[in-house]
Amino acid sequence: MADPILELSDVSLSFKGLKAINALSFSVERGEICALIGPNGAGKSSALNILNGVYRADAGHVSFEGKRLRSIRPGAAAQRGIGRTFQHAALFSGLSVLDNVLAGLARHSRATLIEHALGLPRDAAETRRFREAADETLSFLELKAYRDRIVATLPYGIQKRVDLARALVARPTLLLLDEPMAGMNGEEKRAMARFIAAARDEFGTTIVLIEHDIGVVMSLSDHVVVLDYGRKVGDGPPDAVRNDPAVIAAYLGKPH
Amino acid sequence: MSFFLETLAGGLLAGVMYALVAIGFVLIYKASGVFNFAQGAMVLCAALTFVTLTERDVPFWLAGLITLAIMVTLAVAVERVVLRPLVNRSQITLFMATLGLSYIIEGGSQFVMGASVHELDLGISDLPVAIGPIQLSSFDLVAAASAGALVIALWLFFERTRIGVSLRAVADDPQAALSIGIRLPVLWAAVWAVAGFVALVAGLLWGARQGVQFSLTFVVLKALPVLIIGGFTSITGAVVGGLIVGAADALAEIYLGPLLGGSVSTWFAYGLAVAFLLVRPAGLFGERAIERV
Amino acid sequence: MPPALAAALAPVRRPVLPALPVRAAGLALLLAVAFVAIPLTATDYWYNAILIPFLIMALAGLGLNLTMGYAGQASLGTGAFMAVGAYATYNLLLRLPELPLPVSLAGGGLIAGAVGLVVGLPSLRIKGFYLIAPTLAAQFLIEWVFNQVGWFSNYASSSAISAPRLVFLGYDLSSPAGRYALTLTSVSVVTVLAWRLVGSQTGRNWRAVRDGETAAAVIGVPVARAKLSAFFVGAAVSGVAGALWAFAYLGTVDARSFDLDRSFQAMFIIIIGGLSSLSGSFIGAAFIVLTPILLTHLSNALLGGSLDGGQISNLQRILFGALIIGFLIKEPNGLAALLGRLRHPAR
Repeated sequence: MADPILELSDVSLSFKGLKAINALSFSVERGEICALIGPNGAGKSSALNILNGVYRADAGHVSFEGKRLRSIRPGAAAQRGIGRTFQHAALFSGLSVLDNVLAGLARHSRATLIEHALGLPRDAAETRRFREAADETLSFLELKAYRDRIVATLPYGIQKRVDLARALVARPTLLLLDEPMAGMNGEEKRAMARFIAAARDEFGTTIVLIEHDIGVVMSLSDHVVVLDYGRKVGDGPPDAVRNDPAVIAAYLGKPH
Repeated sequence: MSFFLETLAGGLLAGVMYALVAIGFVLIYKASGVFNFAQGAMVLCAALTFVTLTERDVPFWLAGLITLAIMVTLAVAVERVVLRPLVNRSQITLFMATLGLSYIIEGGSQFVMGASVHELDLGISDLPVAIGPIQLSSFDLVAAASAGALVIALWLFFERTRIGVSLRAVADDPQAALSIGIRLPVLWAAVWAVAGFVALVAGLLWGARQGVQFSLTFVVLKALPVLIIGGFTSITGAVVGGLIVGAADALAEIYLGPLLGGSVSTWFAYGLAVAFLLVRPAGLFGERAIERV
Repeated sequence: MPPALAAALAPVRRPVLPALPVRAAGLALLLAVAFVAIPLTATDYWYNAILIPFLIMALAGLGLNLTMGYAGQASLGTGAFMAVGAYATYNLLLRLPELPLPVSLAGGGLIAGAVGLVVGLPSLRIKGFYLIAPTLAAQFLIEWVFNQVGWFSNYASSSAISAPRLVFLGYDLSSPAGRYALTLTSVSVVTVLAWRLVGSQTGRNWRAVRDGETAAAVIGVPVARAKLSAFFVGAAVSGVAGALWAFAYLGTVDARSFDLDRSFQAMFIIIIGGLSSLSGSFIGAAFIVLTPILLTHLSNALLGGSLDGGQISNLQRILFGALIIGFLIKEPNGLAALLGRLRHPAR
């Protein structure tokens, strides 16, 4: 039955007087793929940033798994099981693919500095476990071939996938994807869509994503929320939203 | 009370000099986005060149012109050879490059012109002048007045003239500036040339005050707190910051020093600067806010 | 684009080559030379003028590299941390003589680390270049404290502090060979610990903070802990170097040898040697120590000694300055990367 894992109620956010988000309310069911779409500047990235603790809402509240997310700091959001990817991958450029993915597990590390320095058993065991988890995720996303490459040398599409791996390795409950397909060609987009759906199917991760490619969005998501000038103008399954006059008006009738 | 005022006044006068040096930094920061650690070495080079020329009986005005020409050439060369190749790198990288640059200029100046202390006589006498209940040095007053005049001239230049306004545009958005036709190389050369000139004046004034020697380069270490407090991007900030640091240093030396048993001026200004960084990172007049985690 | 995410963009930068892969054989050879060949062949001059200062400055550079090269936290406080290590070890040796030498050395390092931790606190609010300021403040303040507060130097005037006898397990280590042994062992042990840390989750967290602090925070890397640990470990390592400088090299504890110039020297070592490269610290230190000697010999040979010491040191300044700029422009990963490329031209 209805099991909202995420609920936004009347969330508002302003930047220096400009209202980025205006009384936004919607909810996301556990295990669904929910897409946030809308013209540029509609407030999608801001909404995502609020869910993640990077921005703080001025009004309204957000509940995650039934508990309020109040003034949450990004690290704490990660602790609660909210992961995210970034619009431009934001990978650690000097590190290898494996190291980047391992960084995604940093918050689960229990070994201390001393244990790291002296190679004590807890560190060795943890390192082994983390490496296994990272390798598993790399296989899942077909990144094994790039495992030891420095990320700055990789093509953009692969970098975005590494970003996904880094977010996925810690098996987040909620995954926020910020334009995961931006800058990709058709084939790469299809691959990415496949991986996103697989992540949900395999791990039960709830996914909220921002995307501009309407075609991809419609076929991938279960639930679409449409924003325009910070307000919600559409909310429902893809087919319903696609035919909603208000939504069409927002896009001036031009799907991408 | 009059002792306090005297100390304060002395500090403020020194502060004007700090401000002058700081303005050189602000100019370069606005143009190239870097804290030019080599500024102190440039000040030294300017003073050394001038003094070496006058010691060889070159007339004052000619020595000044030659030095200016050399400084401007140096400044432009630096911008070309060092800064442009590093244009997209981090601030720390740029800072380290200017560190290397300061070594080159210091080493080079001293190699060519010697490392002994030179007396520099600008013809400004150093006599006690009584203003109300306090006594000040006439040299300090003249130096402060000259520096102050230059500061005002620079302020007018950058706030009121086309080049000045262009510079602010470039600092805000180089791409946009390019697209409306501002010629960046010319602009940068102009700014660095002015910075070179400022270095010359500062070098002469400082040199006359305490002799031209190696320690002039440490003037740059006093400029950093001034810039942090006043803001890296504002000439007004450099002035206010300079006055604050000058006054604070002088007062701390006299009143705090004996309490702690020694000369506190090496670190006091830095302590003040750190406090500012924690509370008001952009400085009093600065524009760029420092990112927080 | 939201400002927080703008900061999360990966910096445009050439890829950092992996740390020079010193293959097992090469490393074994190096260690054989260091531990066996040198003690059999080296003269006192080599110990005193080259090997010992080289090893110590390599360690000091290593400390700074951990903080600045790996974790990206700028610091001009290396001299101060070395001073803390030196004075702390001195006081431990003096006031707790029953502690064995290695414990006093380690204790000096840990105390320096604690000071480094405090100095690193502003890094939680201040980022990038501006971090220079608190570290400079610390450098000046700590120098001043050691000069002012007589207790640290046991109320002796600075020229009269003599190092307590270096004795371990009954061996007197105050001969050049003995001091070399002490230095080599200490440096080796600390380097191994540093190497382990760099390869561990701690080292990974450091580099993540360096490469993308905002993204790191968002994905759950403990940023504050990473920064503070970088300062702690870096300062501790430099502290041990400082203690060695005082006892294994100078023979006295002198605050003047740990001034701002020392901090600059450490920074040059890691720029020239290679940021975020352990071997780079050694390469850079070798460079810094050998260049003045080479320059002196060269000038004597080529110019018949017409250049005096002051002129040579000026030339050296010019050379170092030019090299720093050259490396920053052309090879930001220093000599270590350059040498790495010579070994693997296909890369």
